[in-house]
Amino acid sequence: MQSAWTLLSWGPQGWLDDIGYGVFVTASLAVATLPVGLAIGFFVALAKQSPEPSLRIAGNIYTTIFRGLPELLTLFLVFYGAQIGLQKLIHLVDPEATVEVNSFVSGMVALGVVFSSYASEVFLSAFKAVPLGQYEGGYSIGLSKGQTIRLVVLPQLIRIALPGLANLWLILLKDTALVSAIGLSDILRQAGVAARVTKHAFLFFSVAALIYLVLAIISSIGIHAIERSVSRQENAR
Amino acid sequence: MSAAAAGADTMAPPPPAARGWSRLRILGHALIGLWALLGIALVAYLISAWNAEIFTKYAPMYLQGLWVTLSLVAISILCGAVLSVPIAYARMSKNRFVSALAYGYVYLFRGTPLLAQTFLVYYGLGSFHAELADIGLWVFFRDAFNCALFAFSLNTAAYQAEMLRGAIESVPRGQWEGAASLGLHKFQTMRKIILPQAALVALRPYGNEVILMIKGSAIVAIITVYDLMGVTRLAFSRTFDFQTYLWAAIIYLLIVETLRYGIEWIERRLTRHLKR
Repeated sequence: MQSAWTLLSWGPQGWLDDIGYGVFVTASLAVATLPVGLAIGFFVALAKQSPEPSLRIAGNIYTTIFRGLPELLTLFLVFYGAQIGLQKLIHLVDPEATVEVNSFVSGMVALGVVFSSYASEVFLSAFKAVPLGQYEGGYSIGLSKGQTIRLVVLPQLIRIALPGLANLWLILLKDTALVSAIGLSDILRQAGVAARVTKHAFLFFSVAALIYLVLAIISSIGIHAIERSVSRQENAR
Repeated sequence: MSAAAAGADTMAPPPPAARGWSRLRILGHALIGLWALLGIALVAYLISAWNAEIFTKYAPMYLQGLWVTLSLVAISILCGAVLSVPIAYARMSKNRFVSALAYGYVYLFRGTPLLAQTFLVYYGLGSFHAELADIGLWVFFRDAFNCALFAFSLNTAAYQAEMLRGAIESVPRGQWEGAASLGLHKFQTMRKIILPQAALVALRPYGNEVILMIKGSAIVAIITVYDLMGVTRLAFSRTFDFQTYLWAAIIYLLIVETLRYGIEWIERRLTRHLKR
């Protein structure tokens, strides 16, 4: 019977290096998903606040679908759907070929799509909080529509949306745990492997949960720092 | 009469500006067209992939799975609601130690993934097999469904405690003071003055929590519970037919949308007196 400290050491005896790799995978997945989700979310919000009704409807359909589906199901739909779809496409060219869809990319797409549907709601309420006069002011000094949004509205928008987006980031961090179900070696999967091999399930899953907690705490510290610097910019003006 | 008609004639609103095909409008119609195309493709695929044998074999299993999902969510929401009361009470306590303890609980369960908590209960408690068997709890934790129920109840209790606290604290202090000046006991104040007002505030968060739980409950499929998602995975692994996942997606979407509209309707109905 090995002691808990041996099991958690770095190296061939312990599992810390394996779990450390899982932390790297989880963190890089979350960091890679964030810009995708933010970008899609922003454009969906732009569509949902547009004066054109057809754009609004199209945006709302997007949010309804991806907010209503369980995250795990979205992940499977993307993972297996892409696999089967690509397989069929490739069989048109070469009937013998097989494709393997990268689970990291699938996770990124699925989590990004879910993140963006929530982010679009955050952006939308932020859009509503920016007064109409800001747009009019932008137009009156001769800025184009795109310039007004980029230079006048967006900086204010981000400040208003920041708390909501910070919340979504914490949710995204937790949702990355789902990719262990499609075989990506994230924290939870590595902990699961360690638990199966050593039969110390409680120890390793507690460690995994604690690591997620630490990541959340680190994120909150980072978010506080960003919020402070943003409010400093606000006060400086 | 004729004067009024003439007045109305001169006051007629200008005709609405002609709506040309602006770039935005073209884009919007194109996107709706894309969605429509996707919808048609989905229906066409489901029709073309229709297989009576698969349907008769798996449709009852899907219903069974739906029942498992709904009962799992209903029971854990109820258990969580019961558990959340003492946690919220402790969180609002003036005793620093007690409120820190409650905050720690809430932070722990909100800061870690539900999947990790479920694994911790399902696989982790197996490490204490002998001890649990000694106190007679092993019978409960042997079953994956009960493990999921346990983890979900603890998880949703943390979220519900925060909602309860937020709703109670949203009621202005003057309400407490007014009730006290009428000579109402603290418990009476809570029951008759505070909770009815807090309930209105809490309705939407609670509704969202139910929806989140229904979506979150899909993860129990990973620990071999045959809920809607579990049945879907089973059907897919046996048939390799992608429509199994599409049917699950349709069912989940229907449940969530029904709930969302139901909650909105209840909220509109309950806040009629606030609308002017």
